[in-house]
Amino acid sequence: MDKWQDNRAWFLVLPVFVIVAFSALIPLMTVVNYSVQDIFGPGETVFVGTEWFKQMLGDYRLHDALLRQFLFSGLVLLIEIPLGILIALAMPKKGWGVSTSLVILALPLLIPWNVIGTIWIIFTRPDIGLFGVGINSLNLLDPPFDHTATPLYAWITVMLMEVWHWTPLVALLAYAGLRAIPEAYYQAARIDGASPWATFWYIQLPKMRGVLTIAVLLRWMDSFLIYAEPYVLTGGGPGNSTTFLSIYLVKIALQQFDLGPGAAFSLIYFLIVLLFSFIFYQALQRVGKGEKG
Amino acid sequence: MKVKKKTIGLLIYFAILILPIYWMLNMSLRSNADILASFALYPKDITFVNYLKILTDSSWYMGYVNSMIYVFMNTVIALTFALPAAYAFSRYRFLGDGQMFFWLLTNRMAPAAVFALPFFQLYSTIGLLDTHIAVALAHCLFNVPLAVWILEGFMSGIPKEIDETAFIDGYRFPRFFITIFIPLIRAGVGVTAFFCFMFSWVELLFARTLTVTAAKPISAIMTRTISTSGLDYGLLAAAGILTIIPGALVIWFVRNHLAKGFALGRV
Repeated sequence: MDKWQDNRAWFLVLPVFVIVAFSALIPLMTVVNYSVQDIFGPGETVFVGTEWFKQMLGDYRLHDALLRQFLFSGLVLLIEIPLGILIALAMPKKGWGVSTSLVILALPLLIPWNVIGTIWIIFTRPDIGLFGVGINSLNLLDPPFDHTATPLYAWITVMLMEVWHWTPLVALLAYAGLRAIPEAYYQAARIDGASPWATFWYIQLPKMRGVLTIAVLLRWMDSFLIYAEPYVLTGGGPGNSTTFLSIYLVKIALQQFDLGPGAAFSLIYFLIVLLFSFIFYQALQRVGKGEKG
Repeated sequence: MKVKKKTIGLLIYFAILILPIYWMLNMSLRSNADILASFALYPKDITFVNYLKILTDSSWYMGYVNSMIYVFMNTVIALTFALPAAYAFSRYRFLGDGQMFFWLLTNRMAPAAVFALPFFQLYSTIGLLDTHIAVALAHCLFNVPLAVWILEGFMSGIPKEIDETAFIDGYRFPRFFITIFIPLIRAGVGVTAFFCFMFSWVELLFARTLTVTAAKPISAIMTRTISTSGLDYGLLAAAGILTIIPGALVIWFVRNHLAKGFALGRV
């Protein structure tokens, strides 16, 4: 669809620009301000240039947290996107099953994030949790399952929680994409004698490109910024094994009150998320270009 | 046969999805002593003592009221601002449109953890600290861009000829937009409102930072009570279950709307 060329459209965008800029630019300026100053008290600040950036870039705990974060977000995308598509394909296309499925799928998405952590503590504790007690009664694991005991168990628990929590969002988006495919495409595929796999690969997947772009971007951003759920569930432990970037950041900025390093940290953090989101955005736009979507 | 297998798989998945929530429900209907004393798949002596405590103590239940007030405000603000902007993005090419769109999305990527502190200073400077509107405005940071993004998709699904015909018929823009265009995408508005509600309802960090007592959300009250009185699993579970109910009600009422919105394939 050709769009009209008219710069007066800015008048329609202006209110959004103002309200978002109010919440985004002013705090961002504050953060930039902090990141180049040492603050002793109200009115007592010294300009320190790139000192905090150097300190944070050389901080090995930051490197560890960053690696952990990449591993986590990578696993999230690898598991949740295919699983979400699979669920969307299995969902009913009409009848009462549609709204029932949507309601069940949306349920985990509507729970406050710290409550998610609470649910999974209650669910996985080895003494009172269904999962903890259930898996230990099989006597397969040595040492027995306890989400606070070893880094591996902590990771498994956090991953289970994350997949449980967010796969429904991917499924909902993928389902929306599937429903948008006109019936005529399927009829054409049937006449050509296309296998279900071919139908999926040449019709359904390319048609889902738009919604999958949204799904990948949202899951990348939100998993990279994850805070409340693992904080409540593991507190970043055992040791530092589940200390993701946000948990480390809050520790520096709000608990130790190191505003300068914290601000430098958050700018670096922001740029990483931005860079990768831009790459994903461009890549996914390009992937769809070849196939008429 | 194939269809059957798919359905069975889906049912198993749904069962797994509901299991942790069921477990919390189970815990919420037992007293803390009972929970710690024995493991049980279902509550043997159902007690509502946890729920009674929450529903009779105003420092608990006001949290729900506060959350609902700012979530509602945020949804209304986000939709009002996002609707015209989404129209501009879906219909016009203008100077810097691509950059503007991506900039809006970048605001979803800012780490909330450190923005919390500047937010606190900003809102105390303008005297809005501990008000519902402060949280509603702060949540606009991520909800307005999302609303623009979703609405733009729905609007692009409406052929431009409709606009052209209306303008030829002598409609001025505001009247066309409100009486013709918005009703055309009402399913999209419903879906967008749902997503705004959802992201505002589940957010904790901003809501907790910007409120002290008067507008404190329920999720923050939960964490405070836990840290001071040790872990009362029964009470915690009951409070958790109660945070699910508003969301579950909303989705139940909009489910057909949502299904229709999804059927248009524009999310």
